[in-house]
Formats: sequence, C-alpha cells, structure tokens
Amino acid sequence: MTSGTYEADLVGVPETHAPTDVGLDYLRADRGIRSWLLTTDHKRIGLMFYIVVIFALILGGIFALLLRTELLTPERTVMDAVTYNRMFTLHGVTMIWLFMIPAIPNVFGNFVLPIMLGAKDLAFPRLNLASFYVYLLGCVVTLGAMIWGGADTGWTFYVPYSTTSQSAVVPIVLGIFIFGISSIMTAVNFIVTTHTMRSANLSWFRLPLFVWALYGTSVIMLLATPVLGLSVIVVALDRAFQLGIFDPALGGDPVLFQHLFWFYSHPAVYIMILPAQGVMSEVVCTFSRRQPASYGAIAMSSLGIALVGFGTWGHHMFVAGMSEFDANVFGVLSMFVAIFSAIKVFTWVATMHRGSIHFNTPMLYFFWFLFLFVFGGMTGVAVATESLDVHWHDTYFVVAHFHFIMVGGTLTGFLAAVHYWFPKMFGRLYSERMGLLTSFAVFTGFVLTFFPQFLLGNAGMPRRYYSYPARYQWLNVLSTGGAWLLGGALVLTLGNLLVALFWGKRATANPWGSRGYEWMTPVLPPKTNFASTPFIGRGPYDYDRPEEAAHA
Amino acid sequence: MHEGPLHPQFEDLERQRDAARLGMWAFLGSEALLFTGLFVLYAAYRTLYPDAFAAAASLNDRALGTINTFILLTSSFTVALSVHEVRLGRARRSALLLLASILLGFVFLGVKLTEYAEHFREGIFPGPSYRYEGLRGFGPRIFFTLYFLMTGLHALHVIAGMGMLAWVMVGAWQHRYSPLYHTPLELGALYWHLVDVIWIFLWPCLYLMHA
Repeated sequence: MTSGTYEADLVGVPETHAPTDVGLDYLRADRGIRSWLLTTDHKRIGLMFYIVVIFALILGGIFALLLRTELLTPERTVMDAVTYNRMFTLHGVTMIWLFMIPAIPNVFGNFVLPIMLGAKDLAFPRLNLASFYVYLLGCVVTLGAMIWGGADTGWTFYVPYSTTSQSAVVPIVLGIFIFGISSIMTAVNFIVTTHTMRSANLSWFRLPLFVWALYGTSVIMLLATPVLGLSVIVVALDRAFQLGIFDPALGGDPVLFQHLFWFYSHPAVYIMILPAQGVMSEVVCTFSRRQPASYGAIAMSSLGIALVGFGTWGHHMFVAGMSEFDANVFGVLSMFVAIFSAIKVFTWVATMHRGSIHFNTPMLYFFWFLFLFVFGGMTGVAVATESLDVHWHDTYFVVAHFHFIMVGGTLTGFLAAVHYWFPKMFGRLYSERMGLLTSFAVFTGFVLTFFPQFLLGNAGMPRRYYSYPARYQWLNVLSTGGAWLLGGALVLTLGNLLVALFWGKRATANPWGSRGYEWMTPVLPPKTNFASTPFIGRGPYDYDRPEEAAHA
Repeated sequence: MHEGPLHPQFEDLERQRDAARLGMWAFLGSEALLFTGLFVLYAAYRTLYPDAFAAAASLNDRALGTINTFILLTSSFTVALSVHEVRLGRARRSALLLLASILLGFVFLGVKLTEYAEHFREGIFPGPSYRYEGLRGFGPRIFFTLYFLMTGLHALHVIAGMGMLAWVMVGAWQHRYSPLYHTPLELGALYWHLVDVIWIFLWPCLYLMHA
C-alpha cells in the first residue's frame, strides 16, 4: 500500500511530503551530547527514558533470577536469609518504580503522544525534560540506598516493621518520593497536552485509543501519587524522629498506613496496566486491519478502570482487621474492575473477527497478553472474594496472580510496543523471525515461572519465605527453570533489537500498513513532527474505507 | 502592548494560556491530595480519640489562629487585587500589592513561629519528646504530632508561595506583564489561593473544634 495518499489526506498540506520543509529527522537534527542531554524534543526524551528503563529491567531481572535461584532448594542455596529479604525488596522497588510505572508512558507515551495529537511537542517540553532528570535522581538515590545495604521490608514498607527495621529504609523511601514527583510532572504534562494540543478538527472521539489510555493513567498518577508520597515521607519522619504516628505502642494505628499505602498502590496497578492496554488496542487494530469493534467501549472502560480503581484498595487488607461490610464493599468494587476489563477483552476479540490478521511479533504479544490478562484477571476476581482471600492471603497464589496480570500485562504490552514502534523510532526493521521466536520463549518462560506459583500458593506456601518444606520443591524447581528461560528470552529479545538497530533493513514510513496518525510521518519523524499543524480529516482506524475513498 | 512569548510548540497565545492555566489547576489537584492524606490521618485519629483531640485543640491559641486566618485571607485579597491591577495595565501598583501579600506571608509565619515557641516552652513537642504535664496520653500526643506535620507542611507551602509571588513581583515591577500577558502572575496567584484554602480547613480542625 502506498501511504502517500493517506499522508496527504491526513495533513492536508501537500508540501509536507518534502522532507526539506520540516528539516532533518529527530535523530540527526542536532548533534553533540549537549543536544541530547538538554533536549526538549519529546522523542529524544522518550529515548533517554528508554535507555534507563531497559537498565532498570535488567537490574530487576537479575534480582529476580537470584531470588529464584535461592528458592531452588528448601535450605540455603546461594545467599543468606537477610540478603534474601533485601533482594526481594529491591526486586519489587526496582521493577515497580524504576521499570513498570515509567516504562510505557514515559518511553512510548512521550514518543507518540504529541504525534498522535498532531502537535509539535508536549505542552511543557522543559517540564518533560525535568521529569527525566528527577526520575534519574530517584534512580541514583534508590540505587545508592541499595549499595548502602538496602531495605528488607518488602516494597510495601508496612509499619511497624519499616519503622523499626535496621536497614536503609529512609533513602529508599526518599527515592520513591522523588519518583513520585517525576510521575506527577509527566501526568500534568500529558493531561494538559491532550486537552490543549490536539490539532484542529481532532475531536476527542477521533483520538487514538492509546491516548485515552495515557489520559486515564495520567489522572491516576496525578491524584494517587501525592498520597503515596505523603505516606512514605511520614514513615521516613517516623524513623528519623520516632514520631510513632503508626506505632501501636504509642497509640498509633498501623493499619492506617496500609490504607494510605494502598490508596496509591492499588491504583498504581492501573498506572502499569492501562498503558499496556492502550498499546494492545493499537496493535490489535493495526494487525487485524480493522477499526475497533467499539471505540467507545475501549475508551470509556479506560476511564472506568481509572475511576473505580480508586475505590478498591481495601481488598489488600481483608485479613488486616476490617468489618465484613467494608470487605464486601471493597470486594464488589474490585469486581467492577473485572467488568471493565472484560469489556475490553471482548472488544479486542470482536475486533479480530473478520479482520485480516497478520501474525507479526506485536500481534503475537497481544495474544500472550490476552491469555495472561484473562487468567490473571480471573484469579483477581477470586482473590477479591473475601472467603477465598482468607485462604490465599500472603501465599504464592497472590504472587502468581499479580505477576500474571500486572507484570504479564505490562511486560507483554511493553514488548509489543517495543516491536510495534521500533521502525518509527529507529527507522529500521527487526528480524520478524527472531521476534516471533523470542516472543514465544518469553511467554513459555513466563507461564512456567508463575503457573507453578499458583499451585504453590494454593498448597499453602507463604510468600517471601526463605525456606520451605521439601514437598514444595518440585514446583519451585519448575518456577526457577521458567525464570531462567524468561531471562534468556529477554536477553535474546534485546539482542535481536540491538542487531536491528545497527544492521536492520531500512524501514518504510508505514511498514505495518497502519492507519494510525503516527505512521503518517516520514520514516523518522522530523524534529518538530510537522511543518505546520496538520488538518486531520479522518479517524485513526479508518480501515473500512478504501484508500481512494479515504483520500476523497 | 506586548502579548508575551509564544513557545514554538504552540499555535497561538490563547492555547498557550489555556495550557498554562490547566497545568496549574492539575498541579493544585495533586497538592490537594497531598494534604488529603494528612486530613485522613487526622479524621481517623480524631474518631479514635475524640475527647483527647478536643482537649488538645483547646491548648492551641484560638485568637492567634483566627488572626492568622485573617492575615492569610487578606493576603489572598491583595493577590487578587494585584491580578486585577495588572489587567488594567497598572503593573507597578500590581507589584506593590504582591509585596503586601509577601509581607503578610511573613507575618503569618511569624505568628506561627510564636505559637510553636509557646508550645515548645510548655513541653508540647511532636512525637516522643512530648512532655506537657497538663494533658497526658496517646491522643494529645498524636494530635500535636499531626498539628506540627500539617502546619509544618502548610508553612513550607507558604514559603514556596512567597517565593513564587516574589518572582512575579519582580516581573511586574519591570513591566514584563501587560493586560494581554500576565500568565505567570495569574498562576502565582492561583497557587497562593490554594495555600489559603488549605489553611481554611486547617484552622477549624486545629483551633476551633473543641466546643
């Protein structure tokens, strides 16, 4: 297909065909290290985030592999119990705040959001750059705390243990506070950009679905993050000055901390999963060559999840002391999330119906996502049921559940985005064969790692334990084997992409034949994306119109 | 009369102004949630220790708290007047009104410090150092820990707001703003109003609710 006719239709200004009008592409527009470190170009900032989150993923992955290796045998395998406790804390902190929260919004959101809106940049480019450096500062503080000795509280920092533990809790929670500032900066920027930077004629219901997902994510980031920031700061002050705000010995209530913590940290799950869902909406339409079965259903369910997500935090605390009535309310509200999620799943599946399905790597990741999301989601409904949760609480069942839905969802979403936008970001094509192969291996490794953990949890193995009875060993061995397979598959994925980065075939402007707006830019978008604000004369999923008609 | 700089990512000044205002409002929403965490703690502990909280609140000087409320409200009024003046093109007068607001901010902080000093003299400290003989127990201690946390965080916001006002005051004095372009001044004013609104909620919680 030729994208030329579409481009003309999209931008309405024929001159923009010629690259001379818009200058060099964003990678070559300016040279020198300063032009990168001090850039305000959203695409370059996205790439800088890209590099750091990849390192975060590798670091968190190494922690995970060490943990799984330790659990290979019931007794000590490679590390002592104290190191083990610190390791799972660091694994959680790294994966959540350094990788999963910024991964999709700050890398791909940064890169494509303004292009999808027909804008030259985000509304506040300098704030965007600042959010990168604040994030980097958070990384330095958190990693510094890790070298200092790390914390052994788990990523949840439950009091009173976190206020009495001898480990380096204060620098780690300070790091998390700093990440929060970066999140809020990004959220303000994305919300304002979506409201005010849309090109003329681009109404809300013509926005690509990824934009809706980013918008929902930003609302959660904006409103939930400050509460987390406050609660961890109170923990830090408590440690520094023995305030005893949450200390029962001084009349405090430790459960209050859990309420405040989960008020952020449960919506944070949706900060991680909503952008992945947005990626999947783009991928499934592009590779089915169809418009979504219901645009409104997907867009509105993003907002629904964002709003209902604020009322579900109590399901983390069914056994922490809560009235049955409260627990039931939280349980029912949690199940509402499953309804919105099911709406999405059915709409995606219906989108494929009678579509022209292309099995490219991002599409394969969509199928893995679908499986992990549905499986993880159904177990989520199960643990939101109070009577069942009492049995599964704090067992490996919960670990398996949230890794399936949150990590499985975010990781497959991230990897789908990595492959899907690779040609647009770097102007080259990755090896599709290696992409499919590594995708298959990632999925196999993932399921092998976490499926046995459902069984372990159901059989009663508590989470975060260093040793366990010998009867649990065979499942732990399976899980550890899966973790190594997953790690190997991710390394191969990275290798495939690095090879493509340097030696890959040159991409065309729209290698997937997508009708998304971002694919209508040149192979590599120019620095300012568009010579002048484009006039967008059609929707982002107009696959039903033949090209000639779309042009007319 | 200048219309201010147009940043390259924007098409026109109106959208740029809208973006700046919306950005500030979004940020204020985030700030409100930051304080909400503390208000939730206050509400939870007040439910747990209702009598102790009432008794502890009566130790705060109601007169000083009320005076401070008037001071802060007046400062918000002068800030609002300053925006009004700059819209009429009287930038110098606008700057002077901002100066008045900043000075009122200093007075507010001064009164707050005298209150702190009075508390410290009586042995009312946050956390484990609390040793006021007149009122013992868990409840008052938690009340005053929260009191220092809430007013302390609010004071930090007052200081930040004064910094912003000082910045736009210099701008106004140098005629950087005109009736057509005064977005920074407007945003600084919005932030200052938020600081004021938060105090409006702190005042009854910490000074009045003990009858």
